[in-house]
Amino acid sequence: MATLSAPGHDGSVTLGRVPGTLSQAFLLSRYQLRDYLRARRFLLMMAIVAVAGGIISFVVGYYHASSPIVKGLIASPAAFYGSFWVSGVGVMIVFSGIIFGGDAIAGEFQNKTGYFLMGLPIRRTSVYVGKFLAAYAASLVAVVVYLLILFGNGLYYLHWSAFSLPLLESFLIALLYLAALLGAVFLFSSMFKNSLYAVLVVAVLFLFGFTIIQELIVGLVKIEPWFMITYAENVIGYPFMSSIPAHMTVMHGARGFTTTTYNPTYAEGFANMAGYFLLTAIAGLFFFEREEFT
Amino acid sequence: MSPSLEAVGLTKRFGTFTALDHLNLRLEGAKCVGFLGPNGAGKTTTLKMFTDLIFPTEGEARINGVSVQQDRKRALSVCGDLVETPEIYPSLTPREAFEMVGALRGMHPKEVRARTAEVLAEVKMTEWADQKVGRFSKGMKQRINIAASLLSDPEVAILDEPSTGLDPRGMAEVRDIVRGLKRENRLIFMSSHILSEVVDVCDEVALINHGKLLFYDTLASVTTRLNRTSTSVELAFLGPVSNETLEGPVASAPGVASVSRVDAQRARIVIAGGPDTQAAVLESLAAAHLGLVSFEPSQSALEELYLQEISKGD
Repeated sequence: MATLSAPGHDGSVTLGRVPGTLSQAFLLSRYQLRDYLRARRFLLMMAIVAVAGGIISFVVGYYHASSPIVKGLIASPAAFYGSFWVSGVGVMIVFSGIIFGGDAIAGEFQNKTGYFLMGLPIRRTSVYVGKFLAAYAASLVAVVVYLLILFGNGLYYLHWSAFSLPLLESFLIALLYLAALLGAVFLFSSMFKNSLYAVLVVAVLFLFGFTIIQELIVGLVKIEPWFMITYAENVIGYPFMSSIPAHMTVMHGARGFTTTTYNPTYAEGFANMAGYFLLTAIAGLFFFEREEFT
Repeated sequence: MSPSLEAVGLTKRFGTFTALDHLNLRLEGAKCVGFLGPNGAGKTTTLKMFTDLIFPTEGEARINGVSVQQDRKRALSVCGDLVETPEIYPSLTPREAFEMVGALRGMHPKEVRARTAEVLAEVKMTEWADQKVGRFSKGMKQRINIAASLLSDPEVAILDEPSTGLDPRGMAEVRDIVRGLKRENRLIFMSSHILSEVVDVCDEVALINHGKLLFYDTLASVTTRLNRTSTSVELAFLGPVSNETLEGPVASAPGVASVSRVDAQRARIVIAGGPDTQAAVLESLAAAHLGLVSFEPSQSALEELYLQEISKGD
């Protein structure tokens, strides 16, 4: 039986300095992303993007000559992107968050991949950040594909005016929203050791839970829901508007029953997203650092 | 500096249950130490604290003098480990997984490639190097995990029941691999509940039960520690053995206390005395030309000591 040793060495491998925390995070994210891109979940996400993009392309292509509404939507980049991009990108971000982030941390426990990683000289911070970066990159691919489908349609109907600065601005805001949402998803994922529970909780909360809570807060407590992540999502559509919408209170009937529609300012939206990203990242790391691989 | 592993008052409680109770154990030097104990004794809990998978309630685990709890990165940089049955990301191939491990450990890519070829050959998985790990059987995954733990040619190897999930051939191969790992300046700490595996590959043995260390000694000292007054030995003969033979030359051999038949060709004798008496009985039986083909103690000294020590705590 041969003794294991590197060729040309006296039984030992030359180890360089173990890379720093951030370098390890980037290294890990490369391999995690490779795993994501080859997995069925990526195909699922691409299928969702393709179906959404396909339906939009079909509706616009089929009705643009006959329907005045659709004709109006392809009259200008603001109308086209303000409608199809804004309504779809939030959904794409939520789906990609669930698909790539829902079990990102919980899966390390349940699938036992964490036992492989955590035996290496690597800080848990690197694992958390590396997985976040990979999930972000995989989600970004989905968002960019959705953007390209719309942009392709835009080029066909709007020609050169499809190149729209508001679209770029909106895309950049969407990237910030993606970071905030993934941060929150990772927090929930780090609170569970079971992938199914983690994905279920994340899906329920982000698909309709937060929206319902936000509506309840506005309807019953009658305060501006500046602290809800879903509230900040509205900002993604602002670049296509001529002015930022103000809060609007409407009185119903003679008894004075009122409903208020709140709209965040840019600053409030950005602060909300940045706050969610930072706070959930810190809280998620806190949980992950303390979770044991029992 | 010689490699070392040290548990200092290492304690782990899960609620009111104490899985490990103030374990003090220092292993130092190039050797293979078997970590024995029944299921639930605290073996895996100990190894998980050495690899920072779980955190001690009290105490500290040190690798080469560096506290795993204080500086896991530095402590684990000299250590290759295999705890429980880890999973590699299923879409990666072993080659890619090893690239990742090597990069995270700070190995040069050229060295990673060379070591990948070596360790995959060692675990007989070379032809699977570029297949996705998700398609592998449990045994194949375990081989890859063993190879991954050896990639950096670590000074300290922590192996938690490495032959788990393997077929008998695979188990024998793992034993060969662990034996091959024994070299100058490498400390191997291997948990197992297979006594023959420990006898086969280890130099020393630590026995744990109910979270407490029962003993830590060299395998050579186990027989002495046992202080046996009698040994049960199984004899196998070339052909059917008669009652006259068993009652005559076998029973009258010096030191034989009793004889019983197992089947037509096998019998069991109890020898009163230690290794010297055993040697005398064997010589006497060989001299009698009875067609004896094997003379094997029914229970190894380690097995006997194991059962003796474990039963004390039950």
